[in-house]
Amino acid sequence: MADTQSQVHQETEMIPDHPEKVTLEGKNKFLGFWFFLGGETVLFASLIGTYLGLRGGTADGPGATDLFHLPLVFVMTMILLTSSLTSVFAVSAMHKGNMKGVLTWMWITVLLGATFLGFEIYEFYEYVHEGLGFTTSAFSGAFYTLVGTHGAHVAFGIGWILTLLIRYRNTGLTLTNAPKFYTAILYWHFIDVVWVFIFTVVYLLGIGG
Amino acid sequence: MSNQKSQSKSTLWDWLTTVDHKKVGILYLLGGAFFFVIAGIQAMLMRIQLMFPEASFLPYQSFNEMFTMHGTNMIFLAAMPLLFGFMNYIIPLQIGARDVAFPFLNALGFWFFLLGGIFVNLSFFLGDGPPDAGWTSYVPLASDQYAGSGLDFFVLGLQISGLGTLIGGINFLVTVINMRAPGMSMMRMPLFTWTSFVASMLILFAFPALTVGYLLLMLERLFGANFFIPDMGGNVVIWQHLFWIFGHPEVYILILPSFGIFSEVIATFAKKRLFGYTAMVFATLVIGFLGFMVWAHHMFTVGMGPIANAVFAVATMAIAVPTGIKIFNWLFTLWGGRIKINTANLFALAFIPSFVMGGVTGVMLAVSAANYQMHDTYFVVAHFHYVIVGGVVLALFSAAFYWWPRMFGYKLNEPLGKWFFWLFLIGFHLTFFFQHFLGLMGMPRRVASYLEGQGFSDMNFISSIGAFMMAIGFIFFLVNVFVSIRSGNPGADPWDGRTLEWTIPSPTPEYNFAQTPLTRDLDPLWYEKMHGDGRMKASEPLGDIHMPNATILPFLMAVGLFVSAFGFVYHNHWVAAGGIAFTFACMFVRSIKEDHGYHIHKEEILSDKEVE
Repeated sequence: MADTQSQVHQETEMIPDHPEKVTLEGKNKFLGFWFFLGGETVLFASLIGTYLGLRGGTADGPGATDLFHLPLVFVMTMILLTSSLTSVFAVSAMHKGNMKGVLTWMWITVLLGATFLGFEIYEFYEYVHEGLGFTTSAFSGAFYTLVGTHGAHVAFGIGWILTLLIRYRNTGLTLTNAPKFYTAILYWHFIDVVWVFIFTVVYLLGIGG
Repeated sequence: MSNQKSQSKSTLWDWLTTVDHKKVGILYLLGGAFFFVIAGIQAMLMRIQLMFPEASFLPYQSFNEMFTMHGTNMIFLAAMPLLFGFMNYIIPLQIGARDVAFPFLNALGFWFFLLGGIFVNLSFFLGDGPPDAGWTSYVPLASDQYAGSGLDFFVLGLQISGLGTLIGGINFLVTVINMRAPGMSMMRMPLFTWTSFVASMLILFAFPALTVGYLLLMLERLFGANFFIPDMGGNVVIWQHLFWIFGHPEVYILILPSFGIFSEVIATFAKKRLFGYTAMVFATLVIGFLGFMVWAHHMFTVGMGPIANAVFAVATMAIAVPTGIKIFNWLFTLWGGRIKINTANLFALAFIPSFVMGGVTGVMLAVSAANYQMHDTYFVVAHFHYVIVGGVVLALFSAAFYWWPRMFGYKLNEPLGKWFFWLFLIGFHLTFFFQHFLGLMGMPRRVASYLEGQGFSDMNFISSIGAFMMAIGFIFFLVNVFVSIRSGNPGADPWDGRTLEWTIPSPTPEYNFAQTPLTRDLDPLWYEKMHGDGRMKASEPLGDIHMPNATILPFLMAVGLFVSAFGFVYHNHWVAAGGIAFTFACMFVRSIKEDHGYHIHKEEILSDKEVE
């Protein structure tokens, strides 16, 4: 045990400033993940486009103005944006070679993400109670599909980051796990940005437009 | 554990667990060829039905299933995987790389494609029979109101295989950007690598739109959503937009790598550097960009209005310009060259006029006013078969003859190859040339029969004869593959080639390049032949080579989704959830188990070299 610890200590000392991008594998992961996010952008753009096309199609069910409570969604937005900020703190800890900082900030990120998800589940639960089922109208289907796909992404991100946090809880920062944390954080930023669009297009436009 | 050399337990296990881009490439070719044969048989059944007026060879329902599965199999499960096969095998060799960027994802992409494709085709044996709403599967024809469980197999299987394609596309993009050997700058990359790179970009940005389309259709069919039901506030045209936002780039995903293949073959067999290399790259990029701007030309008759129709018509015609640049560059490459006529080159030479015909009818169809007359007739069928068979399929055959010695260590027989070529080419033109006129005379596509005395009989008969010629020609090819095995290994560079894939021993070693080559010019091997000693200079000393470990996980992840898809079709949510959970569990294992691969030692590489 003492032996592994000294080895960990050594590795931490040799860690360069940008540990996520020094190995070829890290570089590949970094670039590949950016491309993946490009594809995800089209995925969400298609869903948002579909929603915009169908948001008037409420049939006999409730519509956006009957349902959305901006204060709740505003709080959710703030929580998710804060979680982006904490994940930035994790990256800056990574660049200082401080694995403890990375782990702490990522735990906070995950907790904020889980809070967001909890609010979203509560929100869906309320809407179903107010008569907006998945099959109520074209609007309801498009709404749940778009926001639900985003929620599924948040859930996947939480699972992913938790896996990393538990797997690397006492290995120290290495050239193998730095890119893993870094891509997870990229992903996390991405789902935050998508939420900003959803907040604007679905909620603000739903109430005001 | 992580540093041991993977030991192959058996051949089957070896192929199930491989992450070697060369083996994955061959797997793609085998999978693609399998679906190509199925789709070809489906085409033959349709042509037999249409050979005579009011024929009763195929029941009308079967006819609908045949044209649906013919298109689906050919586009998604034959043409694209066959191109992926060549891309997988050849791109790393052309850029001097030992591997692709993501060997694991590469294998994963293949297994997703294969099991997704098998799942779609299982609809022949299970449920209410295969899908029958056309490969475009427009709603409401594809909604559960009109279509049976075949459509469930269709949307689920194609979502899985589409995921595989997306993964493959990302892998190629990163491979090309990050894995190039020293000196291999972007503007020294062979055209096949360039065009495959741009096609991968199109895959990345086009496939998610299709995924969303299939997702919506699946949610509607299986979970009662109402996206496409007007009474519930839905809109059927959304499906068409999503489908064609993917569907039109898809055409270029297929044709761009084909253009790349022809550029390699024509330059090699004209013994000249490709004319206008920079213009070729530029034209490829422009086509890739414009490919996203024209999807609505498939929807001129939907009623988008004159302004939208005009904009999309002009954008469509604009694509003829970069394509024309390419055609002239090939002609100028041939001009003054020492042209060697062999099967690979014959396919390339035949492509030029055939494809130009398809391009011209494309511009005709882009005239949106005239399109009202030609929409959904055999004119459209003739047009897209001229670009896809005259472009993509001829490219695949050309590539097969050209790269066969590199991939399998023997040349295909030339006389048999020429029989194949002439039978196929003449058959192709007989089949589809007359369909232009059938279409202009008003014969609608996707209709199982026609009446005596409508004036369609003779040309349909000729068309069917042509189809038989193509089928017989293809049998010549299959025979060729087996007959030629005994012809012996023609060595590393059988064609007096120009690019890096011809610089390494045959059969290709597992690690591709013992030493990463130094590229000094476009056509690096040709440059060394002209200015050096004909061998590539090494850019590194001989050393240990790092390799990825083989793993069964990609296969298992695909099996998880495959099983899950059955759960969805048969409304068994436990099976559906279990399959997905299994796939996620495999992802989890992959994430927590650090796998650093193994090294092939210098001594082994040296002993390989001595064997040469």
